[in-house]
Amino acid sequence: MIADPFAWVYAQLTALLLSLGMTAVWAQTTLRFLGAAVLATVLLVSTFFLIWGERKLLARFQDRLGPNRIGPWGVFQTVADFVKLIGKEIIVPTRADKAVYLLAPLLVVLSVVGIWAVVPLAPGVVGTDLEVGVLYIVAIGAVGTLGIMMAGWSSNNKYALIGAFRSVAQLVSYEVPMVLVLLVPVILASSMSLVGIVEAQAGMWFIVMAPVAALVYLVTSIAENGRAPFDLLEGESEIVAGFNIEYSALAFGMFFVAEFLHSFTIGAVVATLFLGGWRGPGAEAYPLLGFVYFLLKTLSIWFVIVWIRATLPRIRIDQMLGFSWKFLTPIALGILMLTALIDKLAAAAGWNRTLVLVLANVVAVVVILSFVQGYARLQRRRDQAPPVSVTATPVALH
Amino acid sequence: MEPLKLIFLVTGAVTLLSALMVVTARKLVHAALWLVLTLAAVSVLFVLLNAPFLAIVQVVIYIGAIAILIIFAVMLTRRSMEDTGSQTSNRWWLAGLIAVALFAAILLLVVSHPAVSTGVSGAAPADSLRQLGLGLVSVNAYVLPFELASVLLLAALIGASFVARPPESAAEGGEE
Amino acid sequence: MIPLSWYLALAGALFCIGLYGVLARRNAVAILMGIELMLNAVNINLIAFWRYVTPAQISGQAFAIMVFAVAASEAAVGLALIISIYRRRMTVVAEEIDMLKW
Repeated sequence: MIADPFAWVYAQLTALLLSLGMTAVWAQTTLRFLGAAVLATVLLVSTFFLIWGERKLLARFQDRLGPNRIGPWGVFQTVADFVKLIGKEIIVPTRADKAVYLLAPLLVVLSVVGIWAVVPLAPGVVGTDLEVGVLYIVAIGAVGTLGIMMAGWSSNNKYALIGAFRSVAQLVSYEVPMVLVLLVPVILASSMSLVGIVEAQAGMWFIVMAPVAALVYLVTSIAENGRAPFDLLEGESEIVAGFNIEYSALAFGMFFVAEFLHSFTIGAVVATLFLGGWRGPGAEAYPLLGFVYFLLKTLSIWFVIVWIRATLPRIRIDQMLGFSWKFLTPIALGILMLTALIDKLAAAAGWNRTLVLVLANVVAVVVILSFVQGYARLQRRRDQAPPVSVTATPVALH
Repeated sequence: MEPLKLIFLVTGAVTLLSALMVVTARKLVHAALWLVLTLAAVSVLFVLLNAPFLAIVQVVIYIGAIAILIIFAVMLTRRSMEDTGSQTSNRWWLAGLIAVALFAAILLLVVSHPAVSTGVSGAAPADSLRQLGLGLVSVNAYVLPFELASVLLLAALIGASFVARPPESAAEGGEE
Repeated sequence: MIPLSWYLALAGALFCIGLYGVLARRNAVAILMGIELMLNAVNINLIAFWRYVTPAQISGQAFAIMVFAVAASEAAVGLALIISIYRRRMTVVAEEIDMLKW
């Protein structure tokens, strides 16, 4: 049982349901629904500790202590906050569309929790081994965009609507490089299923073979999440909390939970796609060990995301859109074509795939940095150009 | 009653009911949201039909792009027709009659054709995703329609962004 | 197992509901929503036939993908046209857009 606790639990529950008189098919279906419910509940409860961890980390980055009153090291701070939040009244604005208003937070939470259905947690433990797992992640993200749009429109508030439009602009813009870069591990693994991608990382993790793709995916995911430095959507000083300005109490709590759970989910997806998922020494024999490796990798990426949040300032909306369309999308396209080409060439010519891809990525980084350097030089020259005065023109004409 | 049959019945009922709400909702934004529910239910139907790739593509394209586009269009054209007044044209009963007649004809055709009315599915195709990918790039199969579809999308992109751009002040009034 | 006729009846019903939406609604965007319903019904039909009659070939799925592409481009151009018409005529009621130039 210690070797594979997940299979043992599944066998016990199946035996229980069969003894109650269900047919095998119904027992399987019921266990599937139960598994989905358990996964969603565990995730939402773990958000308590994620929020606490993030607050402690941010505090330490900012040279202060963070919550330390309630529970040992302040662990139950989020529980106290949640109790306070539940106790408030959900005020629906007048002339707001009540059904849509209350449905929008549910869609946003659904779009985050739904990603966990395809992430392999341990060898043999996955919600569902979809053939098209990577595309499913993109699809579920699109549902979140719809939820934010609904939230902004149904609040019957100009600022909420403007915030919602800006959010949709940002989310749709960053979806393009994200989808392009998600294809890189698909090409390297020859499979869109996340289980297949973890299987294909038996030799070498994909982050070694595609570091540029991993970095671009991390950046675009942070932008999709709406965290700093891309948190213009809900900056208090900019647009007064954006699309969730009219939300209070538990409805706001759901947006809050979705945002913090999303950063943990990004960690899980990056760990699966680029860091080898549950792979590690001894993971195949002991699935529980695989789960521990998976958690460690996810938490380290989550730590990087919190670190970025604590360090970088917010960027403007036009800078943000320009960054996506003019910088990340060409890089994503270029790295996709480069990886596809090098992969096929290495397979045909019999070279060591890892080495060649690392070289190709180094070349790509050098090219990108030279472009950035040229662009910066152009900007500097433009800033330092002497201002053209009106009186100088007649002198130049003759 | 197997679970798959139950899921099919529930999904079919959701599809048809939300489609009815789409065509009869008074507020247009509500109609757009009912459309999203219909599209999601159709995606579930694709999963039941062992076509997971198409189900996900349905969510990405229809819900992730077209539905959001429709919601934007509804919001940008709100002033002219506030959600009061009649939402249907004068001869809506004729439209209903035509729709019911057509459905009756389709139903008659479906139940009278022996191969169709009792058709049961064979084994689920294995490896259909790889076959689809190969088929879309293979010269003997569907690479030409695939390329034409991408040209069509490019043309639609250029055309839509040109048609919908805000009018310049000098070229107002019947220029385009 | 679910007989093929159920899927076809479902697709037919969805198509007829979409047809009613196109013929009976006044708002141009609502008409476009009816068109999307009809295209979805066609897709259900195609995939049902693929699954039940020729699951070994992929022509059914390829056809459905083409329908997706066409639907996406048609929705984009149609909505762009509606927004452009709204800018000029300040109306999207289909009955009132009945003259080419005034």
